[in-house]
Amino acid sequence: MKIFISQLFDKERLITRLIASAGYSAILFVLLIFYFLISEGLPALGEVSLHSLLGTRWYPIEEYYGLLPLISGSLMVTLGATAIAMPIGIGTAVFIAEVAPRWAREILKPLVEVLGGLPSVVLGLIGFLILSPALRVNLNLATGLTAFTGSLLLAAISIPTIISVAEDALDSVPRSYRDAALALGATEWQTIWRVTLPAARSGVLTAGMLGVGRAIGETMTVMMVTGNAPVLANSLRMLFMPARTMTATIAAEMGEVARGSVHYHVLFLIGIGLFMISLVVNVTASAVVFRQRKRSERILS
Amino acid sequence: MKRVFLVVLLVTVLAVLAGCAPPDQSQPAADPTLQTAVIQNKGSDTMVNLALAWAEAYQEINPQVRISVTGGGTGTGIAALINGTVDLANASREIKAEEMKAALANGSEPVEFIAARDAIAVIVNLHNPVSELTLQQVADIYSGKINNWSEVGGEDRPIVRLSRETNSGTHVYFLEEVLRMGIAGDKTLFSTDTLLLPSSEGIIVEVRDNPNAIGYDGLGYVVPEVKVIALGRSAHEPYILPSAATVAQGSYPISRDLYIYTVGQPTGATLSYLQWILSTDGQNIVIALGFVPIASP
Amino acid sequence: MNTSQQRNLIQKAGFGMLSVVALLTVLPIVLVVGYIFYQGLPAISFEFLTGLPREGMRAGGILPAIVGTIYLTIGTAIFSVPLGVAAAIYLSEYAQDNLLTRLIRLAIINLAGIPSVVYGLFGLGLFVLFLNFGTSLLAGSLTLSIMTLPVIISTAEEALRAVPQSFRVVSISLGATRWQTIRRIVLPESLPGIITGVILGLERAAGETAPILFTVAAFFLPRLPDSPFDASMALPYHLFVISTQVPGMPLKLQYGTALVLLCFVLGMNLLATTIRSRARAKRQW
Repeated sequence: MKIFISQLFDKERLITRLIASAGYSAILFVLLIFYFLISEGLPALGEVSLHSLLGTRWYPIEEYYGLLPLISGSLMVTLGATAIAMPIGIGTAVFIAEVAPRWAREILKPLVEVLGGLPSVVLGLIGFLILSPALRVNLNLATGLTAFTGSLLLAAISIPTIISVAEDALDSVPRSYRDAALALGATEWQTIWRVTLPAARSGVLTAGMLGVGRAIGETMTVMMVTGNAPVLANSLRMLFMPARTMTATIAAEMGEVARGSVHYHVLFLIGIGLFMISLVVNVTASAVVFRQRKRSERILS
Repeated sequence: MKRVFLVVLLVTVLAVLAGCAPPDQSQPAADPTLQTAVIQNKGSDTMVNLALAWAEAYQEINPQVRISVTGGGTGTGIAALINGTVDLANASREIKAEEMKAALANGSEPVEFIAARDAIAVIVNLHNPVSELTLQQVADIYSGKINNWSEVGGEDRPIVRLSRETNSGTHVYFLEEVLRMGIAGDKTLFSTDTLLLPSSEGIIVEVRDNPNAIGYDGLGYVVPEVKVIALGRSAHEPYILPSAATVAQGSYPISRDLYIYTVGQPTGATLSYLQWILSTDGQNIVIALGFVPIASP
Repeated sequence: MNTSQQRNLIQKAGFGMLSVVALLTVLPIVLVVGYIFYQGLPAISFEFLTGLPREGMRAGGILPAIVGTIYLTIGTAIFSVPLGVAAAIYLSEYAQDNLLTRLIRLAIINLAGIPSVVYGLFGLGLFVLFLNFGTSLLAGSLTLSIMTLPVIISTAEEALRAVPQSFRVVSISLGATRWQTIRRIVLPESLPGIITGVILGLERAAGETAPILFTVAAFFLPRLPDSPFDASMALPYHLFVISTQVPGMPLKLQYGTALVLLCFVLGMNLLATTIRSRARAKRQW
């Protein structure tokens, strides 16, 4: 009997250890990814001068490694996407959480999930075959393959993220807030606008940030519709011109480069940049959520 | 119900594990003539459809040979050849000196075969009235000196320049032979607002739909829905349309050889495949796809 | 007009605007999905689903791409499900609220946010080159596993936490060990939720292109892969290839392939939602 129990405990300990290491593995993977990006990307800083990395021409086969066109391209496309996705995403979240009748909610939620699940190549295909020619004709552009076309599709990709996070934030606003506002004679609209939304402010902000994070990291759709011209985007007008993003550059060029070449290192350097951006966005977003939770706990206690 | 879930999950996992296990280690060791030979082929996008057609036709006559074909661009194929992951690299340009050096450093010497010839067609939208250009004009358009179709006798429309990505042999060839007119040391570059499309087909689609666009592509890609420009070496010389005949005569100004590289002298299945490509059967496929055969008829 | 009327008017206008915005979100989805069905359905035939590509992929079927995607999905599941569920169990059942746990959570949030193309870079660097797996199903599955891990962990943790604390207390008080409690009580109760999360995670993996671009994908490989070390075609990459790289590709085949990919992904989505809602309906606590 004694032996049996000790065996039991050994098994228990083994399993506990296994499960704990699975838990730690997430940290391991992040470190591993970071390590690989660093080890393959940092040599670029030794091989290419900072001056040329900050140049305005990206043409790696002739050793022009100016990153500014790519960075500005990514920013331009993301900015456009955010400007479109934020109002629509948050508006839809408010509609689902506060206004919609039950039946509408039952239809809307799965549809938004469907949008979240649409593979990016499928969106790219539609963008390339239908959206871009339509934009060229209707907006009278020189070409339909522009940053704006990318923005529209990226908005579609980031909207589900924004909706689900913002909806969670709105749901977590205590019922009593709304009741109090309504009891004081506010209309439902005023309650949403003056009470619920401000109370969920940080969560809604998080939603927007995660949406931005989603947009800046998207690759295939952007590569298929933005024309990929490495032009320095220095004015808002450039939104309606072709652009080349950081992600599309990696996807388009990584296959070609020999391992260990300067070009290879620079592409990993761009990867480090993307990693850092997502790090900042996500850490900030989670910090906001964390603070908000603390505050609401304080209020409720 | 829950148990059913678990059982199904377990069975699937086991089945897959069994299925994924390397089938048998004996394969490569046994008699090579009777065994399946696998040929890995990668490289030029210009040639990928040609390579596909070759692979398909060859596998029909030789079902024991398995050929996998991947595009990605000439640079991709040669990089893979250097890294030792493919048997054949398709290239729409000659191997560069530094690539040759890298390959030698890795202990393998690339061997070159000319497998076909190709003309590079300059194409515009069907509604574009411009139908002939000199090489200089094409160069000026792509380097950004000419920005409106009216400067070359067309309508008052902005010019949208389309190019392949930089990993394409066609891109490099076009840069060297058109933008720089073959002059060594010339540092002319593509205008930065040139759209870099990931593929030949992307260029065709955009040119087909957009009256502002100009593009270039291997002749094999050109479809009737776009207009091919006749090119002149200078304003005083005749403007020539690309075709198998004008390429063979050498009168069309921008044409080039298409290459296949192997690591060291090919042997076995790879050798037979290469010999077949260079035979009449293989070259008939070249003609069928709109390229120019090596032994001009 | 008095203020209350005015306020009602504003409210009506506001609600009207919100419903327009919501419509703006869902209408394109319905249109896109509908359009792909409309254009793609004529391409679907027995041969299309079970044949090998012919004539430079302009005819024949897409079986290798379908099978490739199925293998990749299963391969991803093999690595990510045990690891993800175990990590979720750790977070929900074992972890204390300390710095380490917070770090783990931060890491998971981070993994969720890393752009898919960066996963591709990482997979290329670690699995394809460093570990020398070559472009292969194995390298791709591993890359996709790490990418799906955060989805699986967070949904599985949520499902585990939804099991009432009293269940555990009762089990422990009856003399069961912690692991016995988890295995016999907590896991079975939360299984539908976990499966839902797993499927949603795998759905994302199945539809992704960027991570497999450098790790698995073959342009044209007219046979089925027969070992984990084989390169393979896959549906999303195949769609990318035929919609941008092959000249004279019939539009019908592009939409047909898009439709198959869409059905694959939406089918998984539907499965997940059904399991979830059935489990909710059956739940007794």
